[in-house]
Amino acid sequence: MLIPHPLLGLRDAQEFSYLGDASLLLRPDGMAENAAETFFPYVYLRENPAGLHRELWFHEQGDRSWLVVTRNTVTHEILGAELAGDVVARNRASRDGGDLA
Amino acid sequence: MRLSGGLIDRSRTLRFSFDGKTYAGHPGDTLASALLANDVRLMGRSFKYHRPRGVIAAGSEEPNALVELRDGARREPNTRATTVELFDGLQARSQNRWPSLRFDAMAVNDLFANFLTAGFYYKTFMWPRAFWEKLYEPAIRRAAGLGSLSMQGDPDAYDKGFLHCDLLVVGAGAAGLAAALTAARAGARVILADEDHRLGGRLLAESHSLDDRPATEWIASLEAEFASLSNLRILRRTTVFGAFDHGIYGAVERVSDHKPEPGIQPRQTLWRITAKRTVLAGGATERHIPFRDNDRPGIMLGGALRAYANRWAVSPAKRVAIFTNNDDGHRTAFDLISRGVEIAAVVDSRPNAQAKGTYRVINDAVVSGSKGRLGLQSVAVTRGGQTEWIACSALGVSGGWNPNVHLASHQRGRPVWDEAQQTFLAPADLPGGMIVAGAAAAQGTTHAALASGADAALRALNDLGIAASRPALPAAEDAPLNLRPLWHVPGKHRAWIDFQNDVTVKDVKLSHQENMRAVEHLKRWTTLGMATDQGKTANVSALAVMAEMTGKGIAETGTTIFRPPYTPVSISVLGGGNTGEHFRPRRLTPSHPWAAAHGAVFVEVGQWMRAQYFVRPGETHWRQSVDREVLAARKGVGICDVTTLGKVDVQGADAAEFLDRLYCNAMKSLKTGMVRYGLMLREDGQAWDDGTCARLGETHYVVTTTTANAGTVYRHMEFARQCLWPELDVQLISTTDAWAQFSVAGPNARKLLERVVDGFDLSNEAFPFMACANLSVCGGARARLFRISFSGELAYEIAVPARYGNALFARLVELGQDLGATPYGTEALGVLRIEKGHAAGNELNGQTTAQMLGMGRMVSTKKDSVGAVMSRREGLAADTRVLVGLQPVDPSEPVVAGSHLFAEGATQETATDQGWITSACFSPHIGSSIGLGFLADGAARRGEVIVAANPIQNQSVRLRVVSAHFVDPEGERLRA
Amino acid sequence: MRYSAFRVLQEALRGHKGWRPLWRDPEPQAAYDTVIVGGGGHGLATAYYLANTFKQSRIAVLEKGWLGSGNIGRNTTIIRSNYLLPGNEPFYEFSMKLWENLEQEFNFNAMVSQRGVVNLFHTDGQRDAYRRRGNAAILAGADAELLERDALRAMIPFLNFDNARFPVKGGLLQRRGGTARHDGVAWGYARGADRAGVDLIQNCEVTGFRIENGTVKGVETSRGFIGAKKVGVAVAGSTSRVMAQAGMGQLPIESHVLQAFVSEGLKPTIPGVITFGAGHFYISQSDKGGLVFGGDIDGYNSYAQRGNLPTVEDVAEGGMAVMPMIGRARLLRMWGGIMDMSMDGSPIIDRTPIDGLYLNSGWCYGGFKATPASGYAFAHLLATDRPHETAGAYRLDRFQRGTVIDEKGAGAQPNLH
Repeated sequence: MLIPHPLLGLRDAQEFSYLGDASLLLRPDGMAENAAETFFPYVYLRENPAGLHRELWFHEQGDRSWLVVTRNTVTHEILGAELAGDVVARNRASRDGGDLA
Repeated sequence: MRLSGGLIDRSRTLRFSFDGKTYAGHPGDTLASALLANDVRLMGRSFKYHRPRGVIAAGSEEPNALVELRDGARREPNTRATTVELFDGLQARSQNRWPSLRFDAMAVNDLFANFLTAGFYYKTFMWPRAFWEKLYEPAIRRAAGLGSLSMQGDPDAYDKGFLHCDLLVVGAGAAGLAAALTAARAGARVILADEDHRLGGRLLAESHSLDDRPATEWIASLEAEFASLSNLRILRRTTVFGAFDHGIYGAVERVSDHKPEPGIQPRQTLWRITAKRTVLAGGATERHIPFRDNDRPGIMLGGALRAYANRWAVSPAKRVAIFTNNDDGHRTAFDLISRGVEIAAVVDSRPNAQAKGTYRVINDAVVSGSKGRLGLQSVAVTRGGQTEWIACSALGVSGGWNPNVHLASHQRGRPVWDEAQQTFLAPADLPGGMIVAGAAAAQGTTHAALASGADAALRALNDLGIAASRPALPAAEDAPLNLRPLWHVPGKHRAWIDFQNDVTVKDVKLSHQENMRAVEHLKRWTTLGMATDQGKTANVSALAVMAEMTGKGIAETGTTIFRPPYTPVSISVLGGGNTGEHFRPRRLTPSHPWAAAHGAVFVEVGQWMRAQYFVRPGETHWRQSVDREVLAARKGVGICDVTTLGKVDVQGADAAEFLDRLYCNAMKSLKTGMVRYGLMLREDGQAWDDGTCARLGETHYVVTTTTANAGTVYRHMEFARQCLWPELDVQLISTTDAWAQFSVAGPNARKLLERVVDGFDLSNEAFPFMACANLSVCGGARARLFRISFSGELAYEIAVPARYGNALFARLVELGQDLGATPYGTEALGVLRIEKGHAAGNELNGQTTAQMLGMGRMVSTKKDSVGAVMSRREGLAADTRVLVGLQPVDPSEPVVAGSHLFAEGATQETATDQGWITSACFSPHIGSSIGLGFLADGAARRGEVIVAANPIQNQSVRLRVVSAHFVDPEGERLRA
Repeated sequence: MRYSAFRVLQEALRGHKGWRPLWRDPEPQAAYDTVIVGGGGHGLATAYYLANTFKQSRIAVLEKGWLGSGNIGRNTTIIRSNYLLPGNEPFYEFSMKLWENLEQEFNFNAMVSQRGVVNLFHTDGQRDAYRRRGNAAILAGADAELLERDALRAMIPFLNFDNARFPVKGGLLQRRGGTARHDGVAWGYARGADRAGVDLIQNCEVTGFRIENGTVKGVETSRGFIGAKKVGVAVAGSTSRVMAQAGMGQLPIESHVLQAFVSEGLKPTIPGVITFGAGHFYISQSDKGGLVFGGDIDGYNSYAQRGNLPTVEDVAEGGMAVMPMIGRARLLRMWGGIMDMSMDGSPIIDRTPIDGLYLNSGWCYGGFKATPASGYAFAHLLATDRPHETAGAYRLDRFQRGTVIDEKGAGAQPNLH
């Protein structure tokens, strides 16, 4: 597979290591009262879609960026890749804007 | 017999042997053509019935003519004689026969064929039960298989490489050449790959002319032009075997297989080709028409017969018959006659076929049988109920052509049945960027193949925005096949579909009768298509027979998809050069040169090679060395290279906050100049990794990880930084390889270090336990010093830039002679830490918790850190197992890691299991074996005698539960 | 019809006219007591034991493709019971005991062959871990032996003992481990279930669940609605897709691709099963002579049933490192299956929050060896509503409660198990 690194262009997937669903970006607050309830699905439950999947890849043999890659799990087609940091920033902006309230 | 003409070099003669007999051939021959030239028709035996077999094809689809090629460690079983280029001195042997190819005792199977029908083995061999492994299976296994391995390591070298191109053209026949020409002239980066050593594909096997000249002249002119184009790379002897994701293709180049030995070159190279676009021009494979006893040596595919005559100038016989359902059979007859071969008859299943020359045509007829034990002697021809025997020593059978759509189907697209052309075509959902052309797209005439190849290239280039024009293509034949389907000749007797695996029409019928009708059930019940040719000449015919049984039609019956590889690939080349000692890189520690020169025995620790212990003169057993090293560290001073521990430099205004969230224990309160032990949990709450965290400056930390987790902890830290808390001002870099780090441990450690530091106060007051500092050593070398102890002794770890590591190690040993300075390895390191009760990999195995390690209270509830929440789940909290020390009641008895712990007197079974021993060693300090282990309610059982059960070694030892700190439980030494 | 040597003889003499279909192709009925979704190994075994052992009736197995087309149709056929943890080992040993009598019981030769399984170790730490594992197996009534280098060399002389990057120090041997003919297992269970009256319905895809007041009433399928009092789902890599139709879209499961490989047929070379401890490689040789081998999963979520080249190369490197004499054999075919990788590497056999809906999943890439016990335990659960005694740890709520069964200690990351 080839991953379209947003800074480095197409890179062989062999340079990366894979973590899993990009929902792992949304770590709950460990000090919240309901932390036990929020951490269980965060750590253990997955949508596991047959189709588009947003997922985390680490450019371990490269620039050490964590990427969010959008990939079809049925065809392996990759629709895009972003720096995970950018995705987090966008998530937060939209949350702060009230979209995800 | 050898004919005139052909593409062989008669000026040179090559000697080769088959089954010990020596023959002669010429450059340009394959092993198969050379054997036919020497009138050898019998080349192999079938898998199940051990039927005598000859070659049926002229290419990589050959199911019958398999040989063991070469000798000794280079032996290659199951090698297709049709693809072996002849070289001088070649040795080949037939296989799957005993005692000889002509007289094979296992051919007795053929007499019992009626009992050995599809799936018979699922119905018997069940009684008595124990006989399966002892009797039935060994007999079956001995009979099965084809060739045999040498059982020696492969002596040849292999290579791997990466290639990139705009257009990959697979196949260098008419379509592939036209595609490559079109794209190369347009300036695109082109790779043209073909499994043959010569460009031309099927053009080489035909007598057609291009622009009224022999096709070889056109090919030669192309080759001359190609040689001048730097944007075109031709890979000869290269099979593109698989289509993987995103335009990546696997290909094997047989660099040296045509030579007696590879010499300094690799035998084969694995290419990973990344192509923006691909033209699949892999040609087509001819179909057989099954009839009674259609498997005798001498019965071949018609196109193969023609190829042997035209390209290799051989014929398996002087007198040949043809059986066909299309015009191709007549083309074969014409070519053979023109080369002096007698045509006994062309048997055509169509009613009104016309002869293409002067030979006998029997229309509306079929071949219904054959005679000849080890080679064809005559065939039965049935027409309107009348049967006539015609003498001939070879028969060419033409049942039409199956496009080679394999690569097009490698991404699970299912080939589509085309009723008009009576063939399966490439699926609509092709691998991205692929276009199919030529005979692979059922554009089988030379004219159509050339045109479709050029068109495919133009489409691909247009997609890529590369301007291109259609080259002038030579005028070529464009005659249709006029095929009338005939899938098999009906009859009660055996008619072979899958030659190698002995699958007959009857087997397909039985499969239908037993309701194994789904294509995959048919395949698995009968073993259809599972032979080394992967059903290239068989599958479509079998599906057609099944469709006839079910009355559903071929389209509805369906087909299997193709999986890589297109043709079998040696396991060696897939492994490339990364084999034997080169399987993984070897990482050497900075002090490796010194250690290697001073008796070190090295041990693999992940990719690292570490000194395990240092043998001194007179030491004959490893324990002598290890005990000496341990005692030296306890009494004098020991020096150990601990560079392999992961090191991560953490800097930034929020570094303290960042580390506070990563470690389960508090880190923010750590003062500058001090070090703290840190325990990391995984987010699921289990203990993961431990190390030290040193605060070298206000915003500068250096943390260490275990050797095993150095990579994954760093990855996780980057995840935390980039994905969880990007708002924190913190920067990370792994410095594991940048700094050499040595443990200096023992009562004399301070004295030794005082001799290397540059004016630095090492007194207990100035530099207490758990202090750290930047400093310089040996007159100006930059260094870091940490007063930490894994051994329980007064100890330091000193770090210098890696390039000074070996020199510093040597200096420390040298300067410490009078202090008893002793280098120690990983074994002594392990003993020292077990004596002190420190956890290591055996305790931090991913299945344990902070609570089990006796560090439950370290998990802070006052902050949010990775894993803290999940560590409080009820199941983890309820686990009472905790790390304890274990000592044998009888000091002469061993403590063995991996033993399970039981209460004394308890029955020993899963339900009563109370824990296990994680680490054990002989402690020279204690004078007996000791161990660490996790024990249920361990905290409350100090002093109790328990049993360590090690049934796998028939051991059972009584142990006393003690403190895990065998040495200096109060920690006085390390604070001294 | 009973299969036997005598029957084979008799049929041969009368032109094989008497062979009957291995199973019927019934039309689905309007309703069943129990519907099993998934006609792979586990689904077929469940139906077999439900009907034959637990004497249930009105049972159907719904299979979207052909029977045995799940991972039982493509795997490396290894059977063993040398697990470490108490949640697993008794279950796998129960499975091994079922394997040992399976063929006589269901009257089909599935070629269960106890030629032994050796797990090689290359470091002292690995030896300790294998000793612990072997002891765990023995304590659960299974067999295990720890072989040191010399004993191993006598037994498997062709391993790379002399120039290995990671020297072979010994191996954990389970003599009762081995292989079975994977398709034969599926067919044996299918035929046995069919003979006990189970309706095996092929080409019937479940497209939805009918759930009323928290209780399952049946399934919507490509062949219409089929009513059911109980529905058991055993669909391996398709678990998330199928369970999402029942509103359980989030499970502790990820689907991953595992590739496997077979070589051309060779005369007997590899006696039993061998696994490499310093890389990703395991191998056996089929009765037909093909070397059957595999390695690690590709590592990314996938439903594609195919993998990529880096994993192929990694497996070949592992093979060449540990047994360089296979180099001149040729790889004949590679394929990929979808694995239901669970969050702790262990399976789930449990009820769900929906009454009447039961789940059998999470087998990762070790489901084949579990087929008999999985079917038996799932049938036990479906028939009695209580977990089988050896499968009590395979609860769906263990992740929330913290009672995970993590053999590898890899944590909540499925591609590491």
